[in-house]
Amino acid sequence: MTQKNTAPTAAGVSSRGLKRRLRLGERVIEGWILLAGLLAIVVLLGIIFILLKEGLPIFTHTPPWEFLFGTKWYPVSDPPTFGIAPFFVSTLMITLISTAIAVPIGVACAAYLAEVAPAKVRETVKPIIEILAGIPSVMMGFIGLALLSPFVQSLFNLPTGLCGLTAAIMLSMMSLPIIVSVSEDAMQAVPHEFKEASYALGATKWETIWHVCIPAALSGIAAAIMLGVGRAIGETMTVLMVAGGALAVPASPTDPMTTMTAAIASGIGNAVRGGPQYQALFAVGLILFILTLAVNIIAERVLERQKRKFAR
Amino acid sequence: MEINLNVPDISTRPVKKCATKLKVENVNLYYGSFQALRNITLDIPSCSITAIIGPSGCGKSSMLRLFNRMNDLIPGARAEGNIELDGIPIYNSKIDVAELRKRVGMVFQKPNPFPMSVFENVAFGPKRHGVKNRSELAEIVEKSLHQAALWDEVKDKLGQSGLALSGGQQQRLCIARVLAVEPEVILMDEPCSALDPVATLKIEDLMRSLATDYTIIIVTHNMQQAARVSDTAAFMMMEPDRAGVLVEYGPTAQLFTNPKDKRTEDYITGRFG
Repeated sequence: MTQKNTAPTAAGVSSRGLKRRLRLGERVIEGWILLAGLLAIVVLLGIIFILLKEGLPIFTHTPPWEFLFGTKWYPVSDPPTFGIAPFFVSTLMITLISTAIAVPIGVACAAYLAEVAPAKVRETVKPIIEILAGIPSVMMGFIGLALLSPFVQSLFNLPTGLCGLTAAIMLSMMSLPIIVSVSEDAMQAVPHEFKEASYALGATKWETIWHVCIPAALSGIAAAIMLGVGRAIGETMTVLMVAGGALAVPASPTDPMTTMTAAIASGIGNAVRGGPQYQALFAVGLILFILTLAVNIIAERVLERQKRKFAR
Repeated sequence: MEINLNVPDISTRPVKKCATKLKVENVNLYYGSFQALRNITLDIPSCSITAIIGPSGCGKSSMLRLFNRMNDLIPGARAEGNIELDGIPIYNSKIDVAELRKRVGMVFQKPNPFPMSVFENVAFGPKRHGVKNRSELAEIVEKSLHQAALWDEVKDKLGQSGLALSGGQQQRLCIARVLAVEPEVILMDEPCSALDPVATLKIEDLMRSLATDYTIIIVTHNMQQAARVSDTAAFMMMEPDRAGVLVEYGPTAQLFTNPKDKRTEDYITGRFG
């Protein structure tokens, strides 16, 4: 079939010409792929460059030490002070709490879907969970405002339900789908022989999940957790809507907070381009960038170690 | 018809207190609507090796997996009839399946050590059954590896991954892992089919030495192997539209030299299968 199709064209073109044309096509495609690859790197370098260019000058106004650990963020007073400790602490607190909620639930849900649930349940539930990941964060903010915050307020007897805890719970719900989906894939990929061997040794279902499936799927689960943490750190709209927006360093999770992302989003519209507040917000972005980079590098290291431990 | 098989003289093997370890009565096994075993009845004696032979797809593995209820893991699998271990019906709903599997261990066709160290592989079973003490575990691990004739080869690399061992070593590690939970019956599902002849011989020697204390049931494609190691043998086959028929069951020497059924004779002389 293929021979029949190519034969007439091949006969019409001299073998030399055909060869050259193929090589040219090859070059074009190679160049195209190279360009696409370079583009990703260029964009990343561009982001770093802009963050540095716009953000670093603030350190001539406020020394880095004061900027990081200062507790007062008064960008419009005279003279303005830029201390991002409230945002930094808020981001850490909300991220930690949301991870602490999302990881056990997510991994347990994944283990249920991968190991316990009948095929029919899995095939219905998993797509539904994946749809959850696509809900716009503004809508999650609505849900947090309307449903969760009154509940949190009455549960802890707070002056307002808009606080770090509400934001953390909403974020945990937002990072759940990705944690469940990716770790369920990882557990599904654990070779059947391992599970069979475990059952044949008299291990129960729970023991098999805990001692065989989860350890063998650990690198995938860790990747899932990192994706979830990444979502929690970077999420802006929901926390802007439900975290409360206070500018003080939070003392407890039930305090109103402003995360680094929310601070940037709410402040950048009012900042004079090139002014100190503008620079300070870019510096916040820079620190956020370093934070996510650090999370990624640590995750990479942990995975590397796990891989060596379970190496074939 | 002269049958030329290397059948060892089984009459020299000591016939020990051969009580019935496993009793199978009128067992049918279904996978959904497919019937994998048909009306199987046989008694498996203790402290001996029973081989199950037959062509591919005849239900040998399904039969083996009846004894530790591994078929339970397959959705839609359903067993009918009575199977007793030491007189206790194992398909009773009150039976603790984990406890049953502790008493009836299994070695699989493909060596399947866990992606853990050699030590942790062997310690896996005892740990699940409540042994916590580190020195006690170390003792069990050493003893099991000795029993599986693997200790001398791995004693310096207990911390290494079990998957770093050779195929034959991995299979003996899997046997050590089973021995560590001190089962009474060991099921072996074509344990040598992925191994070279030298490793196969080692496993066979090991099986013979274990047969004094354990009841071993082995599924094998290799008829020489069945003849070499087993005391009793069962021949199963499938008919065009019927799988899982037990054709003949008896002492290995008789089955191989003087089969009662024409189909057994045809199979072991290589006329089909």
